[in-house]
Amino acid sequence: MTTKLVVGLDGHETGERALAYAQNLAGLIGDCEILVAYIIEWSPYSFQTAEENAVRHKRREEEISTAKERIINPAIKKLSDAGVKTEGIVRHGDVATALNDISKENNAQQIVVARSSAGGFTKRIFGSATSNLVMSASVPVTVVA
Amino acid sequence: MAMKKIQTILFSQVAAATVASTAYAQEVMTLDQKVNEVFATVTGPFVNLIFAPFPGTTFPWIVLWLVVAASIFTLYFGFVQFRFFGHAIKLVKGDYSDPNDAGEVSHFQALATALSGTVGLGNIAGVAVAVGIGGPGATFWMILAGLLGMASKFTECTLGVKYRNEYPDGTVSGGPMYYMSKGFDELGLPGGKILAIVFSIFCILGALGGGNMFQANQAHAQISGIVGDYPGWITGVVFAVIVFAVIVGGIKSIANVTEKVVPFMGVLYVGAALIILIVNYDKIGWAFGQIFEGAFTGLGIAGGFVGALIQGFKRAAFSNEAGVGSAAIAHSAVRTNEPITEGFVSLLEPLIDTVVICTMTALVITISGQLIMDPATGQFVLNEAGNAIATVGDNSGVALTSAAFGSSISWFPYVLAVAVVLFAFSTMISWSYYGLKAWTYLFGEGKMQELSFKTIFCIFIIIGAAASLGPVIDFSDAAIFAMAVVNIFALYFLMKLVKKELKSYSARLASGEIKKFKH
Repeated sequence: MTTKLVVGLDGHETGERALAYAQNLAGLIGDCEILVAYIIEWSPYSFQTAEENAVRHKRREEEISTAKERIINPAIKKLSDAGVKTEGIVRHGDVATALNDISKENNAQQIVVARSSAGGFTKRIFGSATSNLVMSASVPVTVVA
Repeated sequence: MAMKKIQTILFSQVAAATVASTAYAQEVMTLDQKVNEVFATVTGPFVNLIFAPFPGTTFPWIVLWLVVAASIFTLYFGFVQFRFFGHAIKLVKGDYSDPNDAGEVSHFQALATALSGTVGLGNIAGVAVAVGIGGPGATFWMILAGLLGMASKFTECTLGVKYRNEYPDGTVSGGPMYYMSKGFDELGLPGGKILAIVFSIFCILGALGGGNMFQANQAHAQISGIVGDYPGWITGVVFAVIVFAVIVGGIKSIANVTEKVVPFMGVLYVGAALIILIVNYDKIGWAFGQIFEGAFTGLGIAGGFVGALIQGFKRAAFSNEAGVGSAAIAHSAVRTNEPITEGFVSLLEPLIDTVVICTMTALVITISGQLIMDPATGQFVLNEAGNAIATVGDNSGVALTSAAFGSSISWFPYVLAVAVVLFAFSTMISWSYYGLKAWTYLFGEGKMQELSFKTIFCIFIIIGAAASLGPVIDFSDAAIFAMAVVNIFALYFLMKLVKKELKSYSARLASGEIKKFKH
């Protein structure tokens, strides 16, 4: 059976480290597929103007294609060049919840993320996406420093 | 033809204001008066037509028009506002939302956007006007109108989503103009297009009136109440510049701040009202007694119980806009395959707006003792003009609400002033969009068309802030109710389409075909 790892990217150098770690792990496991995920932070309970709502569908498509182009596709290319089986996923939602959902849907064995790049005030109040994930995930989570 | 005529009126008003501003620039106080005078003269005939009473009575036909419609929709859809209330809550919570649609406009967002257009001055100033003229009894009729209005909202918002335009680039446009033209075509009825055009004209006037001038006017009243009297056009210019920056300049940051702060202000307002009610809990029973007694006797107000009823119904309609058609524009951007689900969600709007928030305001005003009552007779004392209840400090509109809150929480008028300004601002932004949709429906999509409307919109902010409350509120009401005349007329023809949706949806919900995604 193929082992599946979910890697959460954040579009920063930190995400690259998580990816590199997962790639290394995949090499050790052998029969392994890496699901590269980028979550666009979004909440169904936010407030928007009527004008924003009217163009929302269009913006969503744009957000997804930008994420694919800039973050997911380069990662996929890097992995497939190295001969690792891979799949890219872009999704809107809460980072921790979405990564956990992806791992459940795909029966993944592990989630690999980097230590959160968010800091300061927001982190103190809401906690980081990474710590939320560690607390709520239903599979083991590896946090790359 | 009609369109030309309205255009002429619009432009003559703008021209008049421009002339006024050049001629009276030196004498500031006279400028406000002049604007007021010109404005009242120009809008007078329109206002008189909309508020014409039934021959031989003082009862305006438009009030009956709204209430009868809301009652008919309530009966026709078998009290949908009560039967599907629980389902509406589940929809807003996202229980039935497909996870694959994450990132699209959710039911909650569509509702929140529509609410930010309706919750505002209607709930603060409008209620004060209703209670000031119609006495506490007006509250009873306001609540009743709110409950019935839920069915009107349900009807128009279902149609709004069902007949919206979805463009190839992924943007959507919806509203009464679209369901009028497409819905009538579908039923093989003539005249849908004409109705859509007439509605659009009134929608533009409504956007400039209730969605703009009334807001600017009351925001100025609130600010000058705190910093001292100064000419209204100054507030108008400041507001116009900021609104212009947002809607024309696309300065998202201002709109973003408002979006975050306005819900917070709403919660703060309701919270403060609750605290005042809790502190005065011993008076709540008495206040409700006043509301019920006043509803049927008037308690000495001008016009008796009919006066209370007219004021209650009028202000409820102005506040929650049920049957007006504006909500159909706001709700139409939601992502759903079932248009009726947005109808269910939208029926929460009059409930939150009128039944909850307006009632809170009315209770606070009643309890505060700002309305002067003759202790010997238990009847209210009329003011000198004899057209409203005399109040402590002779306040009316938003100043009355402010004084009522201030009598319990001394610093709250300052918070309220900020809230009023922000509410006014967010309502203006919402209505600038509704007006724009109507404008582009008439004149076509395009940068020039958009810019011309947005400029006119900003000019009206200045006129609104400079004019006095009387003519502004009359015009605002008249314009918004004129939208309801056309909209409800169309809804009578289209309601059977909604009934079909309702039947099909209820059957599928009962059979389990429509499933929850969240458990």
